[in-house]
Amino acid sequence: MADAANQIPDRIPIDLVVNGVRRTLDLVPWTTLLDALRDHLELTGTKKGCDHGQCGACTVLVDGRRVNSCLTLAVMKDGAEITTIEGLASDGALHPLQQAFIDHDAFQCGYCTPGQICSAAGLLAEGHAKNADEIRELMSGNLCRCGGYPNIVAAIQQAMGRP
Amino acid sequence: MINFQYSRATDVADAILLLAAHPGAKLIAGGTNLIDLMKENVEQPSRLIDISRLPLRKIEETADGGLRIGALVPNSDLAYHPLVEQRYPLLASAILAGASAQLRNMASVGGNLMQRTRCAYFYDTATPCNKQTPGSGCSAIDGRNRNHAILGTSASCIATNPSDMSVALAALGALVHIAGPSGERAMALTDFHRLPGDTPHIDTDLGTGEIITAIELPPRGFAHNYSYLKIRDRLSYAFALVSVAAALELEGDTISEARVALGGVAHKPWRSLEAETALRGQAATTDRFSRAADLLLRGATASSHNRFKIELARRAIVRTLTQAASATPQSQAHKKIA
Ligand SMILES: Cc1cc2nc3c(=O)[nH]c(=O)nc-3n(C[C@H](O)[C@H](O)[C@H](O)COP(=O)(O)OP(=O)(O)OC[C@H]3O[C@@H](n4cnc5c(N)ncnc54)[C@H](O)[C@@H]3O)c2cc1C
Ligand code: SF4
Ligand code: FES
Ligand code: FES
Repeated sequence: MADAANQIPDRIPIDLVVNGVRRTLDLVPWTTLLDALRDHLELTGTKKGCDHGQCGACTVLVDGRRVNSCLTLAVMKDGAEITTIEGLASDGALHPLQQAFIDHDAFQCGYCTPGQICSAAGLLAEGHAKNADEIRELMSGNLCRCGGYPNIVAAIQQAMGRP
Repeated sequence: MINFQYSRATDVADAILLLAAHPGAKLIAGGTNLIDLMKENVEQPSRLIDISRLPLRKIEETADGGLRIGALVPNSDLAYHPLVEQRYPLLASAILAGASAQLRNMASVGGNLMQRTRCAYFYDTATPCNKQTPGSGCSAIDGRNRNHAILGTSASCIATNPSDMSVALAALGALVHIAGPSGERAMALTDFHRLPGDTPHIDTDLGTGEIITAIELPPRGFAHNYSYLKIRDRLSYAFALVSVAAALELEGDTISEARVALGGVAHKPWRSLEAETALRGQAATTDRFSRAADLLLRGATASSHNRFKIELARRAIVRTLTQAASATPQSQAHKKIA
């Protein structure tokens, strides 16, 4: 049975745990995780830069791993735990990476910052970066149009507790 | 993005049934290439068959001492797997040279093999492209072709295959395991991707209705003398202009086995058995490496903007073989080329 070209698909029920809170949504299949977060859950901290995997502004953690939410379909993540920039602070205390970004002045316009911080949280969890060169390489998926790279690397080094 | 239906496959047999039942459907794994192309209307599947939950995520040793890698293993898990780091560091290095940490977390092994060219005209539905619409013409041949192929091109298409992983897999002699309506089969990775010929819309020899289930590496891993060198317009997060995977076995100073595969220069990872034969039994010297480079690049032809690639590839081949022979592989973090 071929799929009729103009048949509108049903909305699909989706369960996500976003920043520790269970959320249920009914979404059309082409809703990206990024659009689900921003447009359906009103979590606009996660940014849309390129919408094509080329900038990292949309980086979130899915089951603890950093991914580009613009190239992820929400329906494919049914049942997953999502952490966005809004979910990093706990009990009013900033996440060490958030504090480090402030301490090192690691942003100017701030547009890339939520993606940078979520990506850095993924990097710390992965544990493969041990020095500045490795931080730079493993953070290359996050562009900063303001060119804040030296301060971003310094902030991550502080949070990592390594020179 | 266009509208489409969505199904979640429960196992490999179910995925094959769904593909057979829905002729306009496509499989989706990590989504990093397919969703990108769907946003540009280049791919317009009527249905996505989600295979991301299929049990194809294992990395297992085979009876003969090789490795079998499930098609859904994320690129990053493969690159950092202890057995891959120890026995197949060339593969780990090539994967880590590609994309970004986020994308490698998402991208699957099967999807990486199936990723489509980054030719800008292929991505643009407003320009003629034989890969997109067979018979419409190739905009790159007389257009912007700086990133395009220098080997194995045709009058219909001069696109390159953008995968880094596939270049290492070609050098290592990997096998691709496939399942389909008529059972299972395996083929050499070097036979999997096709040259464009007059059918550039067909990238690979995967049949309609078939699914990649695994990749198998033979026991020989070249863990001592290897290097993956990727030359690109910026130091990270960019596709290759030219890349080289080199793997050697040495007895003293004499080469007993040699593999060289090139990326960014053709519609498939490029190997030359003649070049490899010419290295075997010879001393590991710059002269020999230059001779191998000549053989690998025999018949190379440039378009208007990519003539530099021929000399770039020649030098990169010599450099990568030198790195491999001296057991000083290119680092993917410290970017200085040794
Ligand atoms: C900004 C950016 C930069 C990148 N840079 C690089 C780079 O430098 N080097 C590099 O090598 N790659 C790079 N990539 C490409 C990336 O590696 C691929 O997009 C990824 O490997 C595709 O895997 P996936 O699982 O996401 O595939 P998907 O997008 O899910 O699928 C891609 C195709 O494969 C098919 N498919 C998937 N799984 C199977 C299967 N098991 N059997 C049969 N067919 C299947 C799908 O139907 C689809 O046609 C980059 C991508 C982006 C967006
Ligand atoms: S090189 Fe190939 S992919 Fe690019 S425009 Fe020509 S036919 Fe299309
Ligand atoms: S918005 Fe997702 S990578 Fe740019
Ligand atoms: S702070 Fe402006 S883009 Fe990074």
